[in-house]
Amino acid sequence: MSGHLLEVNDLAISFGTVGGGVQAVDGISFHLDRGETLAILGESGSGKSVSASAIMAILDCPPGRIARGSILFEGRDLLSLSESERRRLNGERIAMIFQDTLAHLNPVYSVGWQIAETLEAHKRMAAREARAKAVRLMESVGIPEPARRANDYPHQFSGGQRQRLMIAMAMALEPALLVADEPTTALDVTVQAQILDLLREARDRTGMGMLLITHDLGVVADIADRVAVMYQGRIVETGPVREVLGNPQHGYTQRLLSAVPGREPPPPRAPVADLPVFEARNLTKHFPITGGLFRRATGEVVRAVDGVSLTLHRGETLGVVGESGSGKSTLARMLLRLEEPTSGAILFEGKDVSSLGGPGLLSFRRRVQVVFQDPFASLDPRMRVAELIAEPWTIHKDVLPRPRWNARIAELLSLVGLQPEHAARYPHQFSGGQRQRIAIARALALEPEIIICDEAVSALDVSIQAQILALLDDLQRAMGLAYLFIAHDLPVVRQIADRVAVMQRGRIVEQGPCEEVFERPQHPYTRALLAASPVPDPDAQAARRKARRELAGA
Amino acid sequence: MASASLPGAARGLGARRWLAMLARDPLACLAALFLLLLVAAALLGPALIPESAGRMNLRLRNAPPFELANGWLYVLGADTLGRSMLARLIEASRSTLMVASAAVALSFLIGGTLGVLAGYARGWGATLILRMADVLMSFPSLLLAVVVLYTFSPSIANIVVVLAVTRLPVYIRTARAEILELRERMFVSAARVMGAGPVRTALRHVVPFVLPTLLTLAAVDFAYVMLAESALSFLGIGIQPPDVTWGLMVAQGRGYLASAWWLAFFPGLFIMLTTLSLNLLASWLRVAADPQQRWRLEPGGKAGDAP
Repeated sequence: MSGHLLEVNDLAISFGTVGGGVQAVDGISFHLDRGETLAILGESGSGKSVSASAIMAILDCPPGRIARGSILFEGRDLLSLSESERRRLNGERIAMIFQDTLAHLNPVYSVGWQIAETLEAHKRMAAREARAKAVRLMESVGIPEPARRANDYPHQFSGGQRQRLMIAMAMALEPALLVADEPTTALDVTVQAQILDLLREARDRTGMGMLLITHDLGVVADIADRVAVMYQGRIVETGPVREVLGNPQHGYTQRLLSAVPGREPPPPRAPVADLPVFEARNLTKHFPITGGLFRRATGEVVRAVDGVSLTLHRGETLGVVGESGSGKSTLARMLLRLEEPTSGAILFEGKDVSSLGGPGLLSFRRRVQVVFQDPFASLDPRMRVAELIAEPWTIHKDVLPRPRWNARIAELLSLVGLQPEHAARYPHQFSGGQRQRIAIARALALEPEIIICDEAVSALDVSIQAQILALLDDLQRAMGLAYLFIAHDLPVVRQIADRVAVMQRGRIVEQGPCEEVFERPQHPYTRALLAASPVPDPDAQAARRKARRELAGA
Repeated sequence: MASASLPGAARGLGARRWLAMLARDPLACLAALFLLLLVAAALLGPALIPESAGRMNLRLRNAPPFELANGWLYVLGADTLGRSMLARLIEASRSTLMVASAAVALSFLIGGTLGVLAGYARGWGATLILRMADVLMSFPSLLLAVVVLYTFSPSIANIVVVLAVTRLPVYIRTARAEILELRERMFVSAARVMGAGPVRTALRHVVPFVLPTLLTLAAVDFAYVMLAESALSFLGIGIQPPDVTWGLMVAQGRGYLASAWWLAFFPGLFIMLTTLSLNLLASWLRVAADPQQRWRLEPGGKAGDAP
């Protein structure tokens, strides 16, 4: 019997499709000891989540098939166990937490009931006892007023709280192994830092082994002892975090690390002419809260955006950072005139945008374009790429005569790094990064002066993200575009923006040149954000953790 | 240069490609053949077998089917007045299909349009449409039909209108529900940012997503309308003899189920087969019209699918 808690040997998983098999995982081996955290790092499609599913026996078979290999847990081969033996192990000895907490908590049961149920099912605990234990568990993961909140339902908790509840549920049976599949990916950086602290604390207290699946180098640096880098179904590099991140050997790891934004100080940016083109003055958006039987307005409002003023100059990039719920997307929608502001004015070249109509609005539409966050949703799935890119021209008939469309489509596709042949395809035939390129090509079709990027790179893998950022930068230089770059990711903003505005609860709390805000943050919220944003360096990360504690203590 | 090959590929699919996709789905292919045959029979049948539908032969009253002794016209038996079942089925297919397709087309077009409007327009217009749909829905449709057809004369045009009106709410509500979700989609916002007006956004980005659902609904509704028409005919306020429909034949044959089952069975079988074919064809169309699903119907589509 080996001394390792978990040992995976030569595991290979393939997916049968109609057109033939796809090798998702191609012979990976790793081990994990008690009290240790192993991070499996990889981008989308690298096979990391599939491997985790195989360990938890939640792989869909078919179409999935474990072709060969073994998974030894405490010396027993999990793949040869019967289904009922596996069920007993899952939850009791091996627990899992997921990225999408809303999907993995049952919406029709109260959370206290769900935690208690685990205890009743596995430990045959009496209902009352299980209930008391559930409340204690909720308290231990930092849910305030646990006795009262145990009766609440999953949707009544915030994303961070739901992840805490998932951890409470996973820890209920004190498992020996915790598999965490992207546990903090959907969370804001400040919440992410808290969840990582909680996981670290739980691991140290119980001595469990933790298998962390993530794409985020910063998370790896924060919590992992060792890391295995996965690429195209194989582990290309493995070792202690400090060694792998500090001195990467494999070409892929090196590329991955160099793609992380903000690793090096951004190149000095050309000075920007002081020509304001787009201006928001004291912009406010309130959503009335309706309640009761007839959805009457209760008189209360949600202040999504609360008195925001900002100016975008010609050829400049203005970054707007903030966490979810800070109002940054509502701000973007107002600037695009998709949403009417409650009060305040938006000036485009000195003219009030909300008073525009007919030809004035059309010309505004032509000159201000957008790239949305989700390239899967922002392209009409029933249109071919050529139709998507040509659509602006069918609306603005004077931009380009029809005979030149095809040539220009090919030109735009090459400009964003795609092939002209791609014009005949549909959006679903592209990867996320490629789709975002299509969205950028479409935004460029009208040769706008301003592009509003609403979390335009947030959904992309870091290496793709770096490519898109470089592309945006090139286009700005070549065409003198101005970007309003909205993001939650501070290093990304730092890399691309000239000036930055930090938003919190609908207000801009700090605004200034990028370097100044990042190097000498004035507002406590900016400081908290900076301290919570992880960097792919274990030592720097430990220093930040310390700084964050001090900030919280202060 | 790829752009040279682009126009053809980027435009709509050619008829040949649609046929190829139909051939990939054997069930839909059969359904299409059956419907074609039916339409051909309805159009040409009365010309081929003139007057046989009305010719009585009292010696052959309730003659059983599948006997060729009396000539091929009586292969499906004869009815209580000794009329050829086959000839009557063909004769009936004409009015049945006409009434049902006219009623379904009418409610599909009007209901769909109203539903799109109700989903798009906010304010009193949308409210008016929806409340109208509610009223229609809460009023027993058969009762409405009886009242209307009793007051006016029971002509084919009136039957079509009554049937269409009673089915309107289904289309209105389905279309509106889908529109409400679709109009918040990101690509609709993207179109607005490009400067697309409400008409363009609706026709280009929203309606194509609602259409498959409504078409499937229409296929199912076809059966409902055929049966509703037969119910009206049974009550004597629908199709008036000597005109005949499948529904009327079922209603008339009902009394002879024990002694001459074929009187009700064959028209019933045709109602079922027609509905089934329409359903199969509708579900094929839903796949064929969706670029993300279409590869299932294309030879070698899997290989060319990956970017």
